[in-house]
Amino acid sequence: MKVVVPVKRVVDYNVKVRLKADGSGVERANLKMSMNPFDEIAVEAAVRLKEKGIAHEIVAVSIGSHQSTETIRTALAMGADRGILVVTEDEVEPLAVAKILKAICGAEQPQLVITGKQAIDDDAAQTGPMLAALLGWAQATRAHTLEIDAGTARVECEVDNGLQTIALKLPAVVTTDLRLAEPRYASLPNIMKAKKKPIAEKTAAEYGVDTASRLKVLGVAEPAVRPAGVKVKSIDELLNTLQAAGAI
Amino acid sequence: MPSLVVAEHDNKTLAEATANTVTAARQLGAPVHVLVAGHDGVRIAEAAALLAGVDAVLLADDPLYAHPLAEPLAALILALADRYDAVLAPATSTGKAILPRVAALLDVPQISEITRIVAPGVFERPIYAGAVLQTVQAPPGKLVLTVRTTAFAATGAGEPAPITRVAAGPDPGLSNFVGETLSQSVRPALSAAKIVVAGGRGLQSGENFKLLEKIADRLKAAVGASRAVVDAGFVANDYQIGQTGKVVAPELYIAVGISGAIQHVAGMSQSKRIVAINKDAEAPIFQVADIGLVADLFQALPEMDAALAKRGYN
Ligand SMILES: Cc1cc2nc3c(=O)[nH]c(=O)nc-3n(C[C@H](O)[C@H](O)[C@H](O)COP(=O)(O)OP(=O)(O)OC[C@H]3O[C@@H](n4cnc5c(N)ncnc54)[C@H](O)[C@@H]3O)c2cc1C
Repeated sequence: MKVVVPVKRVVDYNVKVRLKADGSGVERANLKMSMNPFDEIAVEAAVRLKEKGIAHEIVAVSIGSHQSTETIRTALAMGADRGILVVTEDEVEPLAVAKILKAICGAEQPQLVITGKQAIDDDAAQTGPMLAALLGWAQATRAHTLEIDAGTARVECEVDNGLQTIALKLPAVVTTDLRLAEPRYASLPNIMKAKKKPIAEKTAAEYGVDTASRLKVLGVAEPAVRPAGVKVKSIDELLNTLQAAGAI
Repeated sequence: MPSLVVAEHDNKTLAEATANTVTAARQLGAPVHVLVAGHDGVRIAEAAALLAGVDAVLLADDPLYAHPLAEPLAALILALADRYDAVLAPATSTGKAILPRVAALLDVPQISEITRIVAPGVFERPIYAGAVLQTVQAPPGKLVLTVRTTAFAATGAGEPAPITRVAAGPDPGLSNFVGETLSQSVRPALSAAKIVVAGGRGLQSGENFKLLEKIADRLKAAVGASRAVVDAGFVANDYQIGQTGKVVAPELYIAVGISGAIQHVAGMSQSKRIVAINKDAEAPIFQVADIGLVADLFQALPEMDAALAKRGYN
């Protein structure tokens, strides 16, 4: 079966973001960018399905500027077969992303889409379920384990009070949680090979999707900093302080 | 038109997250209806009807809702959505799975994990692991919102609201519930606990979490963890606090052997009081701590256990 894996280029998780001087948004110029960590897990999960002989082709899709080509190359070096870059300079909201992915699924006819459960920049956690809804497909969010067998995906999901296992009719959308698969590092030969794998360039207009923002960002701010704390020297001093404050 | 709050429950009890979400819904200014979709859900509907600020409860009682599957729940909400200006759910694992489906099929953007209602249609929400607070205005049309429960106080008890039964929605027949492994804990739930004691990689093993659990039991606290120790398998996944785990805001948060990465702090920075115990005086966790103790946890925890016992915390 064919697997589509959407991959997003985001500010690296180790970078502390700052606001633009005019407060209009987040300064992203010259920051280290990486593939969204949950998408890396999605690529890894797809590659493992290929290694097991369950998937025969993995298509990595990114929606963003030309620099998102790097993100697709990373997926190709990990083992994806080809890429689709939907070029846009807009900051595309999850609903428009889901619409573009829906159109791509229409053309590609995958049996499975594996997305990250959230992107670590906007923390929206919407794209996977929105895509599943638009396609009329089943979904499993926050996958902890994933097994495919005879037209069914059996997914253990990380839920607030433990793990829940559900069976999905394929085709389906699965979103990854942290423990699904530890992403591999691409080997040098695979990085070289990835350079020769094809990446098709498209535009959102070709898919008939309007990427203009529907939410209006009125402003961004940094959260209030907590006042500086005190250091205590001993457990007794700690407990005295907490008891005096009525905290314990 | 009124606002619709999707109740969170496990078919046994109504979760507190529902009461937080009702508070957010009230702030939209319209009457608030709560949807209970469950199997044998009468008692849950009755509990929802007693929440202050709820004007009506809709009960969809059907075996289809015996487990919270996203596809049938989203289909039910869609069938009711015509009558509402806003649909809200707590930003729990269930709410986050269902609501984007609803938003997509209504063709409206969802606003995730709102932390403040600034004005009608204008919301604040954290992005970049809470490093930035964004204020966004929704377009005209229906609102679909998930609510960060720690940002809205739970509504209390009120006069019982009327309960109306509604027909079950269609069964899309796309997924089945197979089973679940739920965390069994005698301690309070992380999201509801007044005190949370959380451990990080400094604990070194799952076995050593017992040192922390003893303290938790003396303080009637819940136990949480950093991602590092969940990944290492020391504790179950539902212990994880942070950007991509649970968000908590207890009266007291005690972080032990946790460095204070932004992804962790995102899940606990709104706690009323933060205590950090770490052997590294430079650990970033001390930047958010109200009270810091630089100490080796393997000495500090047994000492704390003994000191609490002496002070009568049993
Ligand atoms: C996509 C993504 C999502 C993430 N989501 C989350 C999340 O939701 N929650 C989360 O917590 N993290 C998350 N992380 C991970 C985060 O970046 C950190 O790696 C993690 O929080 C570190 O855990 P830690 O503090 O336990 O471990 P470390 O950073 O290794 O810190 C261990 C601390 O223990 C102290 N210590 C060691 N021994 C002792 C001792 N004997 N006595 C006292 N102190 C001691 C050390 O000084 C150190 O400060 C995420 C990362 C990514 C990439």
